[in-house]
Amino acid sequence: MQCFEGKSVYKGIVMGPITVWKKNDYKVKRHRVDNVTQEFARLKKAIECSKEQLQRLYDKAVLEVGETSAAIFEVHRMMLEDEDYLDAVQNMIQTEQINAEFAVAMTGDNFAKMFAEMDDDYMKARAADVKDISERLVRNLCGLEDFDLNTSDMSIVVADDLTPSETVRMDKNKILAFVTVHGSTNSHTAILARMMNIPALVGVELDLDTLQNGMTAIVDGFEGKIVLEPDDVMKNNAITKISEEKNKLQLLQELKGEENVTKSGRRIDIYANIGSVIDIGYVLENDAGGIGLFRSEFLYLGRNDFPTEEEQYQAYKQAAQMMAGKKVVIRTLDVGADKQVEYFNLGKEENPALGYRAIRICLKQPDIFKAQLRALFRAAVYGNVSVMYPMITSKEEVKQIYSIVEEVKEELNNQEIPYKVPEQGIMIETPAAVMISDELAEMVDFLSIGTNDLTQYTLAIDRQNEKLDDFYNPHHKAILKMIQMVVDNAHKCGKWVGICGELGADVELTEEFVRMGVDELSVAPSMILRLRKLVRDMKV
Amino acid sequence: MKTFSYTITDEIGIHARPAGLLVKEAKKYNSIITVSVGDKQADATKLMALMSLGVKNGQTVEVSVEGDDESIAFDNVMNFFRENL
Repeated sequence: MQCFEGKSVYKGIVMGPITVWKKNDYKVKRHRVDNVTQEFARLKKAIECSKEQLQRLYDKAVLEVGETSAAIFEVHRMMLEDEDYLDAVQNMIQTEQINAEFAVAMTGDNFAKMFAEMDDDYMKARAADVKDISERLVRNLCGLEDFDLNTSDMSIVVADDLTPSETVRMDKNKILAFVTVHGSTNSHTAILARMMNIPALVGVELDLDTLQNGMTAIVDGFEGKIVLEPDDVMKNNAITKISEEKNKLQLLQELKGEENVTKSGRRIDIYANIGSVIDIGYVLENDAGGIGLFRSEFLYLGRNDFPTEEEQYQAYKQAAQMMAGKKVVIRTLDVGADKQVEYFNLGKEENPALGYRAIRICLKQPDIFKAQLRALFRAAVYGNVSVMYPMITSKEEVKQIYSIVEEVKEELNNQEIPYKVPEQGIMIETPAAVMISDELAEMVDFLSIGTNDLTQYTLAIDRQNEKLDDFYNPHHKAILKMIQMVVDNAHKCGKWVGICGELGADVELTEEFVRMGVDELSVAPSMILRLRKLVRDMKV
Repeated sequence: MKTFSYTITDEIGIHARPAGLLVKEAKKYNSIITVSVGDKQADATKLMALMSLGVKNGQTVEVSVEGDDESIAFDNVMNFFRENL
């Protein structure tokens, strides 16, 4: 039995087998083989195995994101059947008498180079696909497991760290908990864990090499602990705690359908943050009043090319329809900084958090922005959609957005495509926006305070740097004063104002937010009923 | 042997997805189907070769079909280009 501590992201407790998620940082070594036939057989087996994995990924993606986006996995499978590619690998094995891993890696590099050297950005990006299939083959040749969780049962995912695109690929129904060695409480794994109501620990000093898939573990988010191979006493304690938790959650369920009103009659809307249409299940299950933040960038992550207007339209329309008249606030593309997407070709930046991201990309590359706006405006016909623009620092940016909006309207008019201009608001997540929030509020329909970035920019603390977690004080007076200022400025112009960062779910501040006059809190679906209980018990 | 010319109207040209679909289509026939642009050519059953032609929107490709089922292959492949590219 071993016990490790970490920072807890979501308070819950589970027990189950672990799945170790290892990065492919292995090195392929060249060695001589005497038996070429045997090497061919290994290659054949690895190809079959890879094709099966890709088929599973394809099937899963069809269900989750639709056929068009899923097609990339089919293309990958066909690349594995490509005669030129396979001939090159086999030739190399035969003529140089080398191991299949090395031949695959070399061939992959050669083909990737061929694409990378083409004078077409789209084709250049295909180099990543060739590398992807070659790495998959090598992984299978080395007998390393594919890290799709599709084949295993419910398990606790243990990893060094997880990127957003890795988490997108996971089957959410099979994750009991997340435990990562790195990552801060603000990482995307953390956000995902809160969304899914599952315990998560970050900053746990585990040596992944000593772990094996299938080991039993208890993850206790209340105490911030993971226990590996627990003894019977521990196990029994955990079982008791798990059932107690279940009862508490059931009590919260009774608050469904009730209003978020304090004892003295003040009300506040409690909406949900989501990352994809699939999450709407959690939203409805937890009786949210609406969606306060739909992070649209998840449509852009975990794939090799831009989502089309049609694909986006379908996703937004589905969200609007599923929420049946309840508000759905969709934030336009917010990539860059900690959310890197290969096909955007954003390039390396000295200081990505202060760099080319979010609305800045949209204003500089209006084609990307327009496709999204068109999809949003078309979907707005089907429900109560609002659009929210991230990372605003000036009135000029809002003006530029509005002139692009005018172009989009004109295009849609000319094409006689039905649309509706939705309610439009901005995110307040830079100190600059806070300081001019009086003027910004006049220009827009609503303000939503993104506390994660606002805190990072105000306190000059990188939210991805776990070394700084101790310095990161989300309750810093500067932040609270800023929130009050934004609320007052919005109300002066008769606009509503919400909070959609992690701070919105901070139970220690809920009463203060109600007092400040915040109109809406947008939080992880799992927090909605908890906050409702808090609000209803408040005397304010 | 039968040949036809086709000017690509797809915005990004012969990209991964339609190239994949074309391979699927081409593999249905015994005929050898070749796609050429300029001095480069590729067997339509070979995905990476097709993609590496780097055919862009507005470019014209020559497609040749040769084999015992070339009549039917010719019609279907031409339809494929019209519908997908």
